[in-house]
Amino acid sequence: MSHTDVEASASETLLVEPSRLSPTRRALGTVLRSRELSIFLVLVAVTVLATSKNESFLFSSDGLRNFLLNPSILLLLAVGQGVVIITRNVDLSVGSVMALTAYLTGRLFIEVPGIPVVAVIAACLVVGALLGLVNGALVAYGGVPALVITLGTLYIYRGIMLTWAGSDRINAGDLPREFLRLGTRTTLGIPWMTILAFVVLAAVGYYLHTARGGREMYAIGSDPDAAVLYGLPVKRRLLAAFVLSGALAGLAGALYTARYGTVSSSVGSGIELQAVAAAVIGGIAIFGGSGTVWGAAIGAFLLVTINRALPSLGIEDFWQRAVVGVLILGAIVLDRVLATRQARKLAESRDHS
Amino acid sequence: MSDTTAAAPVLELRDVSKSFGPVVALRSGSLRVDAGSIHALIGENGAGKSTLVKVVAGVHRRDSGTFDLGGESVDFSSTAESKQAGVAVIYQEPTLFPDLSVTENIFMGRQPLARGRRIDRPAMTAEAERLFSRLGVRIDPRRPAAGLSIADQQIIEIAKAISLDARLLVMDEPTAALSGVEVDRLFAVARSLRDEGRALVFISHRFDEVFALADTVTVMRDGSYIDTRRIEETSPSELVSLMVGRDVDDLFPKVPAEIGAPVLEVRGLTKAGVFHDIDLVVRAGEIVGLAGLVGAGRSEVARAVFGVDSYDSGSVSLSGRDIKAHDPRSAIRAGMAFIPEDRRKQGLVIDSSVSRNVAGVIRRSIAKAGLITASMENRAAGPWAGRLEVKTNALDMNAATMSGGNQQKVVIAKWLATDPQLLIIDEPTRGIDVGTKAEVHRLLSELAGQGLAILMISSELPEVLGMADRVLVLCEGRLTAELDRADATPEAVMHAATHHLETTA
Repeated sequence: MSHTDVEASASETLLVEPSRLSPTRRALGTVLRSRELSIFLVLVAVTVLATSKNESFLFSSDGLRNFLLNPSILLLLAVGQGVVIITRNVDLSVGSVMALTAYLTGRLFIEVPGIPVVAVIAACLVVGALLGLVNGALVAYGGVPALVITLGTLYIYRGIMLTWAGSDRINAGDLPREFLRLGTRTTLGIPWMTILAFVVLAAVGYYLHTARGGREMYAIGSDPDAAVLYGLPVKRRLLAAFVLSGALAGLAGALYTARYGTVSSSVGSGIELQAVAAAVIGGIAIFGGSGTVWGAAIGAFLLVTINRALPSLGIEDFWQRAVVGVLILGAIVLDRVLATRQARKLAESRDHS
Repeated sequence: MSDTTAAAPVLELRDVSKSFGPVVALRSGSLRVDAGSIHALIGENGAGKSTLVKVVAGVHRRDSGTFDLGGESVDFSSTAESKQAGVAVIYQEPTLFPDLSVTENIFMGRQPLARGRRIDRPAMTAEAERLFSRLGVRIDPRRPAAGLSIADQQIIEIAKAISLDARLLVMDEPTAALSGVEVDRLFAVARSLRDEGRALVFISHRFDEVFALADTVTVMRDGSYIDTRRIEETSPSELVSLMVGRDVDDLFPKVPAEIGAPVLEVRGLTKAGVFHDIDLVVRAGEIVGLAGLVGAGRSEVARAVFGVDSYDSGSVSLSGRDIKAHDPRSAIRAGMAFIPEDRRKQGLVIDSSVSRNVAGVIRRSIAKAGLITASMENRAAGPWAGRLEVKTNALDMNAATMSGGNQQKVVIAKWLATDPQLLIIDEPTRGIDVGTKAEVHRLLSELAGQGLAILMISSELPEVLGMADRVLVLCEGRLTAELDRADATPEAVMHAATHHLETTA
């Protein structure tokens, strides 16, 4: 893309008057300037770099599978987290929800021999949704910031899981083979779990873009007070966002068990912050109202891929975490710089008019 | 909407009241609006107009009284219900979603749907374009709402209200930030809506607009209904006397003070897109009023002078000493005090005791070895609260539970404890009931008498004219007039406040 083109289309958006550009060119300009594209290019760069050092990073059956499979659990969490952040909230309890349903999966297979896999996954979805409903109800009706509520439920849900599991842990031997195959099977070289995650992503992304409920979530995050004055069903949308986040975390729990076969008490601790990081890196504004779950999904891919790539590039473990931190800060600083520059340009263009 | 209700007025409110804790915002509001009529609602700020509007919109629920819409009694508990019933409201401040496109802002919550409950974006954009061409404006329907001027935002609010196909349209000071051309355009739209048989309620402070547009006018004062007149049967002077209804001198007990040396001197203060070339001087013992329309940049100037916000060029000095830009702590040390517009959010530690609030800004001088005890705070705060007659039983009462007037006094007490030379006060009596307003005014006047320089920002013209020794008028970020007390008439101030708009239009 040429530099002047981007400049021209950037100043075009400052105009109050209707744009003279054709809709197609405008759409192209929007895509070129989008965070999704730039973060995707970073992902491509990391992948190319790692592959050039070590060809099997991508070009081996294991490499490609890991590239696609490893991010899928985080992707599900990031999609749910993204929706919640778009409404100007946050869900810190997803790691604990995931741990609970991961353990639930194992217990169900042990307690009810012969239970269909579909029934177990459905149970995880329902339990996750219920735990999300608790979060959503407390946030929507309690009037307490989601940060505090979900920090509380993070500990409560984890506590329930620890009390229930005790020193017990689930091993691969407790699980039916057909369930474990879910974690490894592929179609045309694409793992089933990845396909499932992409289907969820596509459904949520489509809903946010084209359904009234989805647009209202953006509106609520953009200005909660105005949303009330508009007469939007704010409480219902908040409930929906948290239920979705909970349900996806529930699903992620079941997939975790299928993928790794063992469930210990520390499953998913800290993953809620990775989900927030993926969403923020992917361009979802932490104060809500903008960004897409596509971005959050690419963010999840980037985080997992960086973690896998850095060792093969010979970079130490400590630096891997630091790189993630730099990415988050970079994303936020970039947002601020762009926002203030935009505001200044707008102010100046008004002065001259 | 059917024939059976055709005879009934579209909107009828009788003796509606609404209180917020100890503050009575609306004592007895009544309003009767017929179909095919433009009904002006006038009254001073704090007369209860906006509260009345919010009851109609379903933002607030009335405490008592009757509320009929199209002949049927209604009781809205949310704005969604009022919308459903055909009520559209344009609020004083535009309420848009900055991240979303102009089109989405117009149709949020009721977007046209295509097959599969999918939002039909092309249809939505086309409809937005149709609305804008009907309004005669050129706004890109695809651009985000962020960064639009207030006038453009107002246009979007109007487009939204029109698209609702409402039978009752309420406009709360829609012209406050519009230029002459934009006002004319708005009026043309309002008239065409009236001719379609809709009912409109129009709130404005500008009499020329009321007489140009409305056919009926209702006056409110101190939260109560006063009178309703046909527009042909009344005159501006009669409306003023109905609106004020009391002796102005009573309300503004300004005592003449000896005016001393300049305290605050501001030279060429400029911030791109916000304000330009602001020169102003406030002398000891002088109250300078800063007037202007909403969005003229008054608060922004005050915040820049105090150092809360940065500015691009210019200088601020206090008693001859330059004040560092963007550094409120050095402004406080130099003797500046600033009482912001929203005292609950910015001026008070709302969930703290009175004495903690008052002692807060002088922590450093009362602390012993870096520690502060409650008794130290009480000792320091006592004299100030007493002097200002803050009516709280004990100094440890929570500031949140006090009335607006007492809160304002606590804020003033807090700053007086720093022994300032200059007090900048933004909207000193907003949200304060009329009885207490006079006390705040008396206090300001007294303080000026003791040699304090006061820069007062106010949207209430009577307050500015009654209190200020000198009035500076700001319009679109530029000073457009400087009027002495004798020359400061409502007409002169309003002319200066809108002059810039008219010349550029």
